[in-house]
Amino acid sequence: MSEQEIDLKKRRFLTGATSVVGAVGVGFVLVPFLSSWMPSARAKAAGAPVDVDITKLEEGQLVRVLWRKKPVWIFRRDKTVLANLPTLDAELVDPNNTEDQQPEYARNPHRSINPEIAVMIGICTHLGCSPTYRPEVGAADLGGDAWKGGFYCPCHGSKFDLAGRVYAGVPAPINLAIPPYHFVTDSLIRIGIDPKAS
Amino acid sequence: MKTLFNTTLSAVAAMIISFNATAGGAGVHLDPANTDINDEASLQRGAQSFMNYCSGCHSIELMRYNRIAKDLNISETDMANNLMFNAEKTGSTIFSSMPDDGAKEWFGTTPPDLSLTARARGTDWVYTYLKGFYADDSRPYGVNNHVLENASMPDVLWQLKQDKSERAFNQDVRDITNFLDYVAEPVKLIRYEIGVKVLGFLFILFILAYLLKKEYWKDVKYGKWRAKD
Amino acid sequence: MDNNKNWIDQRFPLTKVWNEHLAEYYTPRNFNFWYFFGSLAILVLVIQILTGVFLTMHFKPDAALAFASVEYIMRDVDWGWLIRYIHSTGASAFFVVIYLHMYRGLLYGSYKAPRELIWILGMVLYIALMAEAFMGYVLPWGQMSYWGAKVIINLFGSFPVIGDILLEFILGDYAVGDPALNRFFSLHVIALPLILVVLVFLHIVALHTVGSNNPDGVEIKKNKDADGIPKDGIPFHPYYSVKDIVGVVVFLMIFTSIVFFAPALGGYFLEAPNFVEANPLKTPDHIAPLWYLTPFYSVLRAIPPMFGSQLPGVLAMFAALLILVALPWLDRSKVKSIRYRSWPYKVALAIFVVTFIVLGWLGMQAVTPLYSLMAQIFTALYFAFFILMPWFTSIGETKPVPERTTEH
Repeated sequence: MSEQEIDLKKRRFLTGATSVVGAVGVGFVLVPFLSSWMPSARAKAAGAPVDVDITKLEEGQLVRVLWRKKPVWIFRRDKTVLANLPTLDAELVDPNNTEDQQPEYARNPHRSINPEIAVMIGICTHLGCSPTYRPEVGAADLGGDAWKGGFYCPCHGSKFDLAGRVYAGVPAPINLAIPPYHFVTDSLIRIGIDPKAS
Repeated sequence: MKTLFNTTLSAVAAMIISFNATAGGAGVHLDPANTDINDEASLQRGAQSFMNYCSGCHSIELMRYNRIAKDLNISETDMANNLMFNAEKTGSTIFSSMPDDGAKEWFGTTPPDLSLTARARGTDWVYTYLKGFYADDSRPYGVNNHVLENASMPDVLWQLKQDKSERAFNQDVRDITNFLDYVAEPVKLIRYEIGVKVLGFLFILFILAYLLKKEYWKDVKYGKWRAKD
Repeated sequence: MDNNKNWIDQRFPLTKVWNEHLAEYYTPRNFNFWYFFGSLAILVLVIQILTGVFLTMHFKPDAALAFASVEYIMRDVDWGWLIRYIHSTGASAFFVVIYLHMYRGLLYGSYKAPRELIWILGMVLYIALMAEAFMGYVLPWGQMSYWGAKVIINLFGSFPVIGDILLEFILGDYAVGDPALNRFFSLHVIALPLILVVLVFLHIVALHTVGSNNPDGVEIKKNKDADGIPKDGIPFHPYYSVKDIVGVVVFLMIFTSIVFFAPALGGYFLEAPNFVEANPLKTPDHIAPLWYLTPFYSVLRAIPPMFGSQLPGVLAMFAALLILVALPWLDRSKVKSIRYRSWPYKVALAIFVVTFIVLGWLGMQAVTPLYSLMAQIFTALYFAFFILMPWFTSIGETKPVPERTTEH
């Protein structure tokens, strides 16, 4: 047959075209399978914003709520605590919040919207334990007089101050994370949603 | 052999038809519901009616408020303001406002969850059941039902039946049925559309594959696939 | 590229395997429509394993959670509904393909020497597949799952002496419940799929040892050219690989039509009562196994209880399955293909096909005196096909079988 060469060209084209379209088909098939690994509607509903009423939150008191299966701390700081925060800067890794561990509206010395009310994710940035709340100033086991109150991680000894900033020389590399949140009213915090851009 | 194959095919076809014809009937005549899952307005009205008349007693606990809002093009604010009587979060599943213990006391039974009723019973059944109440003084609520003998449910739609024309009432019932059909299988809204696209894609692939096969099989036809014969 | 190939070939027979099973595996050139179903069965197996792996990630094998977890897949998991519908449709598609594949064997005598072992391995595969499908159908824990499981498992209770203890052993309880669901889940997702894959492998190894039969029933290896290549053979790859791709695409068109437009297929692939959670206190109005098991279910119901025991029916059902294994030795005909067979075989096969379909249909119906009688008649016909086979395959005039395959 004389059209042998023409045949080969057509053959190559058809093989290529079928392979390409077939590969596209395989790509389509991958979508449902991979999507099924993403958080389901149930997980999203369970990870929905959490409201916390802070009317009864006293100075020094800390409440824990679960948001997206993570502990979130909400605690009220008094004037002394706020005044103490800048004095610690020299001992900290990142006192000025250069790392993106907080939303823009919490990139300030007290790392919060309202200076008094702190909101942060209570998970140590080292290996994920939840540090304990140690607000008592001068705790003997945490360095005596130098300790101005903060958080101590029982797993590997990392220390954080009451703005969630990490001390230098401990295993944890960066500050505690601040979740998105906003004040619905003066006494109601919604964790999980940024304040509306005003 | 061809005839054998054809006989087999037609026998199978005949059986599918006869099976479907008998599948609905357990003696009771059912009116055709004639619902249209693509009629969004009907589904929205059905959702409204369901929340008003049904959700007091019946849960659809496999369904989430925000899923309905998204699927039926209802804004989440409208959903929260007008349709969510029993929950606070739009991501919650839909539970009735009635405690189980109270239900047992008031109706002698717990009102069933309706998430899958339209699928288990069929839309015609739901439609005919909702229309099938008649006065019967021997029953606790003074009504009985043609479809489900001695149903423990009161005729919650009686006011609509009284106030509206038969046509308008039938439409209300059809809307609720349509909504329950959607609730029983939410993806019914999208699977037809996706199916058409998938078939279109496969058709292109079929043409290419067929031409490829034809091209290669020229070798077999002309005995060219090997050097010597 | 060639260097890589050499590197691998020194360590693994890649080129050898490729040639022996694809590029230089010589296949009869005259395959017709019926020869698509072997490769389609492999396709469906792959589809079932893939979708099954992903369903297992969301399913909860717990009597309290199973039903809701299936609906969770159908609603809350992104695209979970598609994966589930592909899996449920795939189960039925598997049997459609396997039944057509087996029918092909009957048409062209593919079970006859030297292919007896392929047939036997295929029958073991078929029985394993039935077990796999049955256990899979229990998992959604709907009314049909529950009551179907109960009815089928109760069959084992009919064995004398050991029946009761056997039932408790299978169930791990005194009724169908959590332990049964849990062990069926394990068997369904691990044990039986492994067995199926191994059996498929053996089935293909056996096939490639003797080579494929064909619609003429001619042994192509008897006519080789100077290079030892069968004159009527063509390399599987690329000729049958490109042909099978066409078959695969057509199959997928039918398959996806069902998945997207009628996943329940009017109650044949997903039964409506199975959308109600299992309730041990309330039997559904009418229990029927899924369509692919109903021919044997009919045989079971056709045999009345004897001596106060359901055992004869159970034995008949297993006999109906096992007798298929004996087929290669029951068939005494000199020729393989229906094209050259005598007329008694053609008539018998036609009756058998009708018998099988009618038994399947009867298995879905509620029992009435007429249907019971019909089931008994067709059960008798079913067994007659096998018992009388040595006779009707040895009578009548067969047509001469050609030396070479014919073109059609």
